[in-house]
Formats: sequence, structure tokens, C-alpha cells
Amino acid sequence: MPTVRIPTPLRNLSGGERTVTVPGSDLRAVVAGLEEAHPGFADRLLDEDGELRRFVNVFVRDEDVRFQEGLDTELAEDDTVSIVPAVAGG
Amino acid sequence: MTTSAPSPARPGPTTTASGPPTSGTHHLDTNVVELACRSCGATQEVAPTHVCMQCLGPLEVVYDTERIAVRVSRERIAAGPHSLWRYGDLLPVLSADDRTRVDLATGFTPLRPAPRLAAHLGLDELWLKDDTRNPTGSFKDRVVTVALSAARAFGLETIACASTGNLANAVAAHAAATGMDSYVFIPHDLESGKVVGSAIYGGNVVAVDGNYDAVNRLAAEVADSHGWGFVNVNLRPFYAEGSTTIGYELIEQLGWRYPDHVVAPLASGAMFTRIDAAFDRARTYGLVHGDTPRMSGAQATGCSPIATAFEADGARVRPQKPDTIARSLAIGDPADGDEAVAVARRTGGTIGHVSDAEVVDGIRLLAATEGLFAETAGGVTVANLVRFAEAGLLERGERTVAIISGAGLKTIEAVADGAHPTHRVGPSLDAFEAALAG
Repeated sequence: MPTVRIPTPLRNLSGGERTVTVPGSDLRAVVAGLEEAHPGFADRLLDEDGELRRFVNVFVRDEDVRFQEGLDTELAEDDTVSIVPAVAGG
Repeated sequence: MTTSAPSPARPGPTTTASGPPTSGTHHLDTNVVELACRSCGATQEVAPTHVCMQCLGPLEVVYDTERIAVRVSRERIAAGPHSLWRYGDLLPVLSADDRTRVDLATGFTPLRPAPRLAAHLGLDELWLKDDTRNPTGSFKDRVVTVALSAARAFGLETIACASTGNLANAVAAHAAATGMDSYVFIPHDLESGKVVGSAIYGGNVVAVDGNYDAVNRLAAEVADSHGWGFVNVNLRPFYAEGSTTIGYELIEQLGWRYPDHVVAPLASGAMFTRIDAAFDRARTYGLVHGDTPRMSGAQATGCSPIATAFEADGARVRPQKPDTIARSLAIGDPADGDEAVAVARRTGGTIGHVSDAEVVDGIRLLAATEGLFAETAGGVTVANLVRFAEAGLLERGERTVAIISGAGLKTIEAVADGAHPTHRVGPSLDAFEAALAG
């Protein structure tokens, strides 16, 4: 199952866990799986239109999913998904 | 390291703090009330953190404006140190202990008239804010000064950053001078001047196989796992405030007047938006009157996410994969990009972009007209000024300021091809005369 890295601001939802494994063949399914295992994730990650929130960056295979297929980005069993707050740098 | 502590005989602009410490963190004595999310408005207590726990949006400092208003004045500023700490009343001061305050004489850089470049651009009045004159040759010394002072107030011992080069130079130097451990994360293929200019200070330099945005992402994850003070990650609310001093300096150096139009380079957009914030705050505190300036931004075409969003009315900034010689501006996913677009729109400014060839021409034009050798970001700014002039976006009578943010010796690769000896002669007068006769 894909591994998801949880940033500090969201670890209150994951019971303090830094990483969780969630089934799913694409990012959308993994977000749904996160929500099922740890209610609250979908609201923090997705806006009212069901898209990734403005200040949430997600990286799959070390690449920003906005350069891939967004929530439809496909995931393999051993992929890592990193959730990173967007505002940093500069 | 030197400290900016003024003598007891004169006002101490930076010793703003008195009263009880805020809760939870190293006896902070501060003019910062709390941190607030720019997106949703949720607040958090003052701490080394940059992310809203509610929406992951950016946290910004909320000042004790009443405390500042009763202290700050033109006279106190004018009597202060010849560094950015003359505006200490207006910066996030987190400790009354002067030893936390870092000051390598950063800031209060020259604002000088540029008549020859003005004539080239068809302007009556052009000024250059020469931030090449900071300790490590760029405006990044400003933000690092404020961020490291915050870090020391928080009791952090290791300082770090994600950098396109200039920030790495500034962090490494300031860490050395304050005896802090440092880790600077840079793209592996930076200009040699910026690599050497970081490593020379003896801290850790981590070259990352990837572009700046990859470096930035790694830094965000390291910051989350190591508890270090990353100046532009978990110290970003304080760090960003350092750039307000450019705005305050422009006002003071113009005789407590606003410029009419400011043109600045855009990478993350943080400097640009904080200059605008300073203009607004200075008026709030009665330091200046009138209308705040037009704010215009400058990008390179090879990394122009903010300019692209500005051109597309109402669009949000979309990330790009940078490909430009203007490495110091090569941030494809700019943290304050949307805010920068909003500032340019609100103030009647514009945001442009120029090719790499124009960047080189801009560096040469600035050097040849005003004797100032800027790194690529300065070339971007000057080249955009040329474009703005051609497009009729400059007003001849406007008091215009160009922010020159970094020194040219950092990026000699960009212009080395066109900068060679003009003559090669033997060591005799006859040989020289012959060469002159050509």
C-alpha cells in the first residue's frame, strides 16, 4: 500500500503518526482512504469543489502532483505520498 | 558579531520590549501579539512555526500596534543605528535581551540617484536602492538578521534554509558570526560564486539533486522532523518582515516622502509584498503622508509564474519549472505569488518578464550607465524597466525606484562571455600607442 507522510499540522488527525499506509491506486482514492481511517483529512486537504486546497502541496514520487495528474495521479504499491504545507521558501 | 545596542544616552529603537513575557516560549518579551493565518484568520501563539493548524495557510506576525504607535517616531528612527535596526520598533522583536539581536550592519543601504539610466528610460527621476551593499551582497541579509534574532529569542541552536544562493550566503555568514550551527540547502548546480560564498563560512552546505522547488520541499520536511530554525520555513513569519525595512528606508531616505513607483524583482514575492506593507504601516504610524506607491514586479520569462498570473486576469499563480539564468529568482512555486499579483493590481503597477538575453543586457546597461554591477536579479529588474518604458508604463515625472537586490560578482557566469580585456599589449608605451591607434 502507498505510504503517506503526514506533516505536523495534520498529525492530530493521524493519532500523532508521521506516516500511515493507505490503500488506493490513485491519489483521490488515497485521500478517501485517509478520511475513512482518520476522519477529518478530506476536509483539511480538499476544498468545497473537491480539489486540493490552495495551501496544500502533494508530492508523489518526489514530484508535485500539479505537474502530474492532480488527484488522478496514479500510485503504485510502494509509492510515497508527501503532504507538505505550500507556503515556504523565497 | 557586533550588536546594534545604542548607547544609553540616546533612544534605543530596538529595545522595544517591556512587560510580561508571552506564554510558553523562552520568556519572550515582544511587540508581537500572536501569529495569524493570512488565509483563514485563525491565530496561534508566537512560536517558530509558519503553518496554520486549521487550513495550512501562511502565518504572519500580528504586532502590538498600540505599543508601537506610542514609541515610533521619525526622531527615534533618525537617532538609531546605521543598520536596519533603526527600524527596530517596527520589526518583530521577541526579546528584550539585546544579545539575541543579530546585527552585521545590514541595511540602511544607499539610495542613489541614477540620472544616466533615467535618461535612457525617459524618466526625470530614478533612484537605485543599492542592496548589493549588504554584508553578503544581497537583500537576504535583511531577512536573515530578523529571522536569526527570532531564532535566538526562541533558543534555537541550529539555523537552516532552502536557498537559490543569496539566502545561503546570508545564513552561512550570520550563523558563523553568531556561533550557530548551520545547514544551507541549495540546488546542486548553482553558480560557483554562490556555492563558494556559502561554504567559505564553514557551515554545512547541502547540495540537492533538483531545482529550488525540490530543495524547498525537502527543507519543509526536514524542518518538520529536525526542529531546526529554517529561516524561510518555520521562521518565515519573522523572516519575511525583514524586507519591510527596504520600504522604511526608501521613505526616510527620500526625506520622509513616498516614491511614486517602485520596481522590484519577484521570486517568492515576499520582498515585494512586504515593501508594500511597510509603505502602508509607515502611514498608519504617522511617519509619512500621501498615496502609497505603485508597485511593479520583474521576472525572467524562464520563471514567470507571477507575471503569467498577472497577465491572466483573475487567475491564481500556477507553478512552473524554472529555466533561466536568473537563478536567484528561479522559484517556480512562489509562496507569496498571489499576494504579489494583488499588490500590483491594487496599486496600479504591473508585472513583466524578460528573456535571458535581456537579463544580460540589463546587467550591462546598469553597469555602463550607473557603475553598479548587479547579479542576474538586478538585470531582470533593469530589463523589465526597459520593457516598461517601451510599453509606455513609466511616467516621466514619477519618482521611480529600482530595487537592486544583489551583487554582480555572485553571478559572473552570466556576463563573463561579453566582459574581456579590450586591449592586449606588451609592456611598452609604443605597444600601447599602437594598440590605441588600432
